[in-house]
Amino acid sequence: MSDWGADWTRAAFAPNSNPSFADLLKGAQPQAMPPQDPTSKEPLTVPQGTTILALTFADGVVMAGDRRATEGYQIADRYIVKVFPADNFSAVAIAGAAGPAIDMVRLFQTELEHYEKVEGEVLSLEGKANKLAQMIKANFPMAMQGLIVVPLFAGFDRRRTAGRIFRYDAVGGRYEDSNYHATGSGGKDARSALRTSWFRGLSRDQAIRAAVEALTVASEEDVATGGPDLARGIFPVVATVTQNGYEEVSDEALRPIVADVIGKIAATGESPT
Amino acid sequence: MSPMPYYVSPEQLMKDRADYARKGIARGKSILAIEGTDGIMFVAENPSSTLHKISELYDRVAFCAVGKYNEFENLRIAGVRLADMRGYVYGREDVTAKAIANAYAQALGTIFTQEMKPYEVELLVAQLGESQEMDELFHVLYDGSVTDEQGFVAMGGHAETLVTAMGTEYRGGMGFDESLKVGAKALSASDPNRELDPQKLEVAVLDRALPRRTFRRLEDAEVVRILAGSQ
Repeated sequence: MSDWGADWTRAAFAPNSNPSFADLLKGAQPQAMPPQDPTSKEPLTVPQGTTILALTFADGVVMAGDRRATEGYQIADRYIVKVFPADNFSAVAIAGAAGPAIDMVRLFQTELEHYEKVEGEVLSLEGKANKLAQMIKANFPMAMQGLIVVPLFAGFDRRRTAGRIFRYDAVGGRYEDSNYHATGSGGKDARSALRTSWFRGLSRDQAIRAAVEALTVASEEDVATGGPDLARGIFPVVATVTQNGYEEVSDEALRPIVADVIGKIAATGESPT
Repeated sequence: MSPMPYYVSPEQLMKDRADYARKGIARGKSILAIEGTDGIMFVAENPSSTLHKISELYDRVAFCAVGKYNEFENLRIAGVRLADMRGYVYGREDVTAKAIANAYAQALGTIFTQEMKPYEVELLVAQLGESQEMDELFHVLYDGSVTDEQGFVAMGGHAETLVTAMGTEYRGGMGFDESLKVGAKALSASDPNRELDPQKLEVAVLDRALPRRTFRRLEDAEVVRILAGSQ
């Protein structure tokens, strides 16, 4: 029993019907929760996740992120992954303070799985989006200290049979975008690129290409965004969420698309769009 | 003058409680867990399609129970909570059936000796291994005793006749289709007074072919199709 600890057992067998994993953890093992009270007033310098985007297409949504994390003027990570499955039918991408953001994603994933197992049914897409907003709200004191986490959430709404995108601000405000959105340091540039390439009813291939192009544009304009690197084989993480669930696009499938986008730049000497 | 309190020996007290729990469990329907090459299969007689007796606890760990629904439902949720806490604080592969079965044993043991009435439940925590030899089945009784079983486990109303029926049919290395046929045959043989309705079977598996979360329920249509293939 020592392993479980008295608090865990008490919390687990307590007769309440709260299906929230975060609430359970807060009671049983509070030190495992992401910190919610800053201990110093000094702004902290930690690795920052940069550009992420999502766009809807005919069968669902595409979500993508570049692979760079920065710390001041340094590159903190060349291979960071910023796009994750939240559950089988939704994805979450992170920008902002990378450590707390990845922590938040992990807690969010567990939260959704826990709800599903306890209740025997999956939360609605709207319910998942609201849950994430509450987690960002709980992070507000840390955001005040510079540890801002701004995720994008997207999924396939099985009731409406359509892809939906939700973006957030630093205090947990939740906004729905029906077409596309990009955020992070190169978000503005990626959004401009998507504005010209997005149209209703994009095919899967067109949507993936639009995502790769937008991230490439962002990397040309924004130093903190990492461009695709054919020599090292560093490609953005691109995932689709459709009726069939969450699927990551493999590097093999991305390579020709990336080569084509970069080839176009080389040929014209200009950005792809 | 108030009457003298009766003395009841601890042996008698425990026996009464055990009889009470056993009677409650014996009134209910039965459940089978069967190890095989494809994974572990659970077959339960359950007229309800929403109140489950078989559930997912974690990636490779499942739970099934017989007895009073409200009592084992509490235990099931406790199992999900323990599994998710352990998986979050440590890592996903650190969630084991043994640890969860131990927690159940402690809880049921305490309830059996200290509460007004014992829980009328019997449960099984199963863990899927890389191969059938590495599968684990922990059978937890109403008084908190745990046994580590191999091959198959039968629980519930007709457990003894089920074990006899399974004993003649079961062999190691069966696939899911065969496990289901053998299980359904044993369930119908265990109580000859009624016809087994395939629509009223609750069937779920821990599937060795699935990557992360290996728990999967079989739809009624799939169960009916597999069972129809045996005739």
